[in-house]
Amino acid sequence: MANTENWGSRVGLILAMAGNAVGLGNFLRFPVQAIQNGGGAFIIPYLVCFLLMGIPLLWVEWSMGRFGGRKGNHSTPFILHEMDPKRALWKYIGVFGIFTNIAVAAYYCYLESWTLSYLWHSIAGTFNGQTADQVAGFFGNYVDINTSTTGIPFEPIVFWIICLLLNTWILAKGLSGGVEKVAKVGMPLLILFGIFLAIMAVTLKSGEHGAVNDGTVGLNFLWTPDYSSIWTAKVWLAAAGQIFFTLSVGMGSIQCYASYVRKKDDIALNAMSAGWMNEFVEVVLGASIIIPISIGYLGIDRVVEMTQSGGLGLGFKTLPYLFTQWGPTLALIAGVCWFGLLFFAGITSSLAMGTPVMGFLKDEFGWKHKNAAWFFGLIILVLGLPCVLYFKEGVFDEYDYWAGTVGLVVFALFEIILFAWVFGMDKGWREINAGADIQVPTVFRFIIKYVTPLFIGGVFLASLPGIWEKITATGLPWQVHAARVLLLLMFATTCWFVRVAYMKRKANLKNWTK
Amino acid sequence: MNGSALTLMVFAMGTVTLLTGYFFYRVLTAKPKPEPDSYTDNDDDE
Repeated sequence: MANTENWGSRVGLILAMAGNAVGLGNFLRFPVQAIQNGGGAFIIPYLVCFLLMGIPLLWVEWSMGRFGGRKGNHSTPFILHEMDPKRALWKYIGVFGIFTNIAVAAYYCYLESWTLSYLWHSIAGTFNGQTADQVAGFFGNYVDINTSTTGIPFEPIVFWIICLLLNTWILAKGLSGGVEKVAKVGMPLLILFGIFLAIMAVTLKSGEHGAVNDGTVGLNFLWTPDYSSIWTAKVWLAAAGQIFFTLSVGMGSIQCYASYVRKKDDIALNAMSAGWMNEFVEVVLGASIIIPISIGYLGIDRVVEMTQSGGLGLGFKTLPYLFTQWGPTLALIAGVCWFGLLFFAGITSSLAMGTPVMGFLKDEFGWKHKNAAWFFGLIILVLGLPCVLYFKEGVFDEYDYWAGTVGLVVFALFEIILFAWVFGMDKGWREINAGADIQVPTVFRFIIKYVTPLFIGGVFLASLPGIWEKITATGLPWQVHAARVLLLLMFATTCWFVRVAYMKRKANLKNWTK
Repeated sequence: MNGSALTLMVFAMGTVTLLTGYFFYRVLTAKPKPEPDSYTDNDDDE
């Protein structure tokens, strides 16, 4: 069966791509990274990394996808193989573009299910009348399988299954009938909710509704620059890491979405539009919600202390309580906006993780679209279950580290080398510019060939000590070791599937030439 | 807000908002390519 999917409209494709990039990290990770790495000065290395690494990678991945799609490839193993058919290595490097999506979706869907659950609890008014400690403790109770906050047994599993079913059902509807429709509704709503919450946060007044600071105190704290920080390697690494994380580059999902674009159609402007839309959500909306509200109620010292453990705590343990200070009606509206916004940010990303796997099964094994979608749902169910059951033991973080952090950098490093040095910049530059609706500045030819590979190589080298530390760490619970084995098995199985697909292709070619 | 924080915030948010708006405007006003293109919504009904 031929893989003959199409996008409905150009705006739909851009919103789906932007939705792929916009995730929970835009609202929970970026502001925390900024606070921990020089405040307002963080924006300098962040934007430099976006220009020298993010934008080039976006163009490279979009053009790789469109190139592969012309030859009927919609997943990275055979997109990469098509770019250098003589070397067997690339199709196995391309396995990262399937493996990472599966492994990230396995824990990300669980995270997404929290937003769904908290959305439900915001509507039900669960947090009204609770103390700050009770709301913070609610999260711990929620992720504990044996405790139910609604009376529903195994509550986190129930919400997680609902989330998985929703993702699978939408994926089964196809690109234009499912993914694109969700992006067309979800992205505008997300921006609208974000604008509402940002206005609420910035206009917060000290003394009103129990606030101890104006909203602008939080903004002032977040944006006050410590220029000395930009000379430290740690800050640049954090900025590069944030760019990787936020743009969803190095995953294989951009290539898959772009593989349904024809050669004469633009990718250069599309990539810019989707990429900058993500930056708008991150820099403008992401920086204006969580920190101003938290500092408005808790003060700077307390918030700095809380951000040491990341943004998840603020988003799920603190904000629901702070919303209740606005009174029941506004708390309901703010809760729906905040968790609705996080849910849309999550689902538009998790849907993008399903499409490369489905594209691979359809291209190589002739699977029907619906079957491929349900198979993806099944893999996520199996691989995600340890994250749900052993969240507190660190399985979730283990998946996030190996697949969602290391995997992205490794794959991006290989793909930029393939594109700029093996496929060649002459062909690569033609690919980027084919059908382009904007003039891509020529300086990017130099950047893609020299600067971006060096940049990503630097990020990879700098992360090696951390990787070594992880590998040699002792005293880890057995669940973490089991998670590592599971991830390795997943990678090996995907390699085996790619090998079988390749042999099948060879046999077909032999029969055809006979 | 202090001057340097305000300047950086306005510069960063302003730049990002303007560029986002500019690129999206270019998408909306770009001349459509002749059929067959990659998008089905603008296809003629048979």
